[in-house]
Amino acid sequence: MNTLLDISGLRKAYPGVVANDDVAFDIAPGEVHALLGENGAGKSTLVKMIYGLVQPDEGQMHLHGRPYAPTSPKDARAAGVSMVFQHFSLFEALSVRENIALGLDEAIAPRVLADRIRSVSKDYGLPLDPDRLIGDLSVGERQRVEIVRCLLQDPRLLIMDEPTSVLTPQEVNILFDTLRLLSKRGVAILYISHKLDEIRVLCDRATILRGGKVVATCIPRDETPRSLAEMMIGSTLADPPLRRAVPGRTLLKLTGLSLPTHDPFGVSLQGIDLTLHAGEVTGIAGVAGNGQDELVEVLSGEQLVEPGMIRLDNTPVGGLSPNRRRSLGLLTAPEERLGHAAAPDMSLTDNTMLTGRVRQRLSTQGFLKWNVASNFARAVIKQFDVRTPGVDTPARALSGGNLQKFVIGREVMQKPRVLVVNQPTWGVDAAAAASIRQSLRDLAAAGASVLVISQDLDELMEMSDQFAVIAGGKLSPTRPAGSISIEEIGRMMGGGDAA
Amino acid sequence: MIRLEPRLTPSRAMVWGTPALAVLATMIAGGILFAMLGKNPMEAIWTIFVDPILDPYSRDELFVKAAPLVLIAIGLSYGFRAGVWNIGAEGQFIVGAIAGSAVGLAFYGTEAIWLLPLMALAGMVAGTLWAMIPAFLKVRFNANEILVSLMLVYVADQLLRAMVAGPLRNPAGFNFPESRLFHDSAVLPLLQGFPGLTEYTRVHVGVLIALLLVPLAWLLLRKHLLGFNIQVMGSAPRAARFSGVKPAMIIYVCLGLSGAMAGLAGLFEVAGPAGQLVPALPQGYGFTAIIVAFLGRLNPLGILAAGLVMALTYIGGENAQLDLGLPRAAISVFQGMLLFFLLGLDILVRYRVRFGKRGAAQ
Repeated sequence: MNTLLDISGLRKAYPGVVANDDVAFDIAPGEVHALLGENGAGKSTLVKMIYGLVQPDEGQMHLHGRPYAPTSPKDARAAGVSMVFQHFSLFEALSVRENIALGLDEAIAPRVLADRIRSVSKDYGLPLDPDRLIGDLSVGERQRVEIVRCLLQDPRLLIMDEPTSVLTPQEVNILFDTLRLLSKRGVAILYISHKLDEIRVLCDRATILRGGKVVATCIPRDETPRSLAEMMIGSTLADPPLRRAVPGRTLLKLTGLSLPTHDPFGVSLQGIDLTLHAGEVTGIAGVAGNGQDELVEVLSGEQLVEPGMIRLDNTPVGGLSPNRRRSLGLLTAPEERLGHAAAPDMSLTDNTMLTGRVRQRLSTQGFLKWNVASNFARAVIKQFDVRTPGVDTPARALSGGNLQKFVIGREVMQKPRVLVVNQPTWGVDAAAAASIRQSLRDLAAAGASVLVISQDLDELMEMSDQFAVIAGGKLSPTRPAGSISIEEIGRMMGGGDAA
Repeated sequence: MIRLEPRLTPSRAMVWGTPALAVLATMIAGGILFAMLGKNPMEAIWTIFVDPILDPYSRDELFVKAAPLVLIAIGLSYGFRAGVWNIGAEGQFIVGAIAGSAVGLAFYGTEAIWLLPLMALAGMVAGTLWAMIPAFLKVRFNANEILVSLMLVYVADQLLRAMVAGPLRNPAGFNFPESRLFHDSAVLPLLQGFPGLTEYTRVHVGVLIALLLVPLAWLLLRKHLLGFNIQVMGSAPRAARFSGVKPAMIIYVCLGLSGAMAGLAGLFEVAGPAGQLVPALPQGYGFTAIIVAFLGRLNPLGILAAGLVMALTYIGGENAQLDLGLPRAAISVFQGMLLFFLLGLDILVRYRVRFGKRGAAQ
């Protein structure tokens, strides 16, 4: 087998952490090669080195048998290496063509470029109109823009970072068809994901990273999702106990919840009805940017609505401030950990004060009881196994999984009556994700009602007692878990008319 | 080669080390500047930084100059922490002085203990109201408070000129644009006989009040919900809203507080060293206090120290003008350099400097 990219002995250290250590693997032309690993395993650092964003401390890379040491993404692209990032870098107010022109290394006349975009997108089954504004495109279409931008440069190696995390199941299928076509034409694909089913369907080989080192190389088709996951985390997984709750009395009721958006790229909430019962986990699925953030802000009290639209124990709370809602027992944990759920530069004690003040009585007459707050922070850290040097550590210094455990723990330990969590395990490693899910289930078992909003269907299927889908700011009626197939959910997520 | 390497957590030592380094760097750069002007740099630095401390009269003046700087800077520091940029403290200082003077002159000749507190209240209310203009415009129309508050400085300055030439002019003053000299009840008592002060000291009660406000301000910042909310607002606005902080409220409180403190400082200046309202009253304290606030790390205790350092450059600068013939502008440049070095050296809080190459990098 001939080799396109050959990597050996690659090492990269950051202050306090060795991100990659003695990493070696190779990619053949036309191969779809998976890079697997938990968060923090060193996948991003590795691809950043291949794409020239960071330079390795030690080790060599060879492309087509020649030494390859890109010092910038421009170098990498010139050598035939392109990358599609998880987070798109697109200007919403510009057209598809303008966005693509901005990302190209050479200047191409607008009309010529538009023609090339049309021909490439047709060629690879990625329908795209060069004149549409990015702001009007769905997330899946935006990703196509990024892919077409790469394809225009005729790459030999295409790196894709978590490409399916924002797509509906149908959009995933379209993407996979494109990737297979590319592979057939000899383009190698380095595919980063932690969705094991996808990797088993799509990839020819997989390299598994753990703690910055290559721990295994395998043929994913010959493995089970479970064996792959165990290679990733380096230990055996425990099955979650099955539990189907008998719904208790109604705790939170949304009736005709609507909120027009003032943001040109925001989503208006339209007539949302939802009933949450005690002892129950409710899951809301949906593709990112379909009103999830808006719904969470309305429930947390950051956005006020008509009082009667939200009722807690039949008390109208839609017009109450976040702290009034907290005192009544309605707590939230937003998706964005750094900057929304927690203040990045403030200590964990400060961040406890952020949401725990009212319910944990951390103040009297406006004066703050810092020792009580740090004790509560310590309790959260202990109970939820948050790895941190101490309560004075700034939130920013914690890894994603540890901070998420802290954020969820901070709310759970305030004994909420209703807890709303958005993307509880986004970007969190498998072990931390399992413990977060367990704590949410335990909370429901203790009689609270938990609302989980997530883009991870497997997570929702595993956790929820009832289930709904949000699309375009509208919420589907709830269905009992188990009465609905993945395909059906996929159609609902695409707003009923997905491609 | 010199490289900057991010620190895992901001360095505590550097948070307080950089202001000291900035003062040191300013001395060095200032020395070079003075040498280029043909003066002996060591002598100039000594005159500016050391002589005022050794001389008892200059030492007293240090407190008189530092008091308004500290008062204004403490007020500003709350807003700066919250990301509310009040650049117009000078204007709030002026209207505070005008309003306080107007009250003092309205009761001209009335000997009463309540007059000074009433004047102080008037100064604070006027400063607050003046600061409410940018606050309201920001909340209502999202107008930039930096521009609005700064422009209002010049409005306040014109107002002062109009007042001393019109309603507040001394009726027996041969049409000079200045007010009457305040009568005894409207003048801040001097702290004569206070240990450590000279016999002819100009240190007044206002200095004592400024000093007492320092621990109070610290308490509000560290132990009270308002101080906490202000810090969260500046550190992570979205997290602040999530925690239940209302941004408009923070804007009003921060601008109002800084306006009140600047207004009080203005009143102390007219009722203290000046003793009457004169057009030359504004000395740029409102602007210098911005440097003091940052030099003191927006921390009341730090601001107290920074205020004294800054007062030192004022008094030392004046001495240097007299003794060495340094131009007045050289002192302004000197003060500007201090802020420049402080902001520049701030990078050391988050980064450490490494020398030489390492491994295959670059």
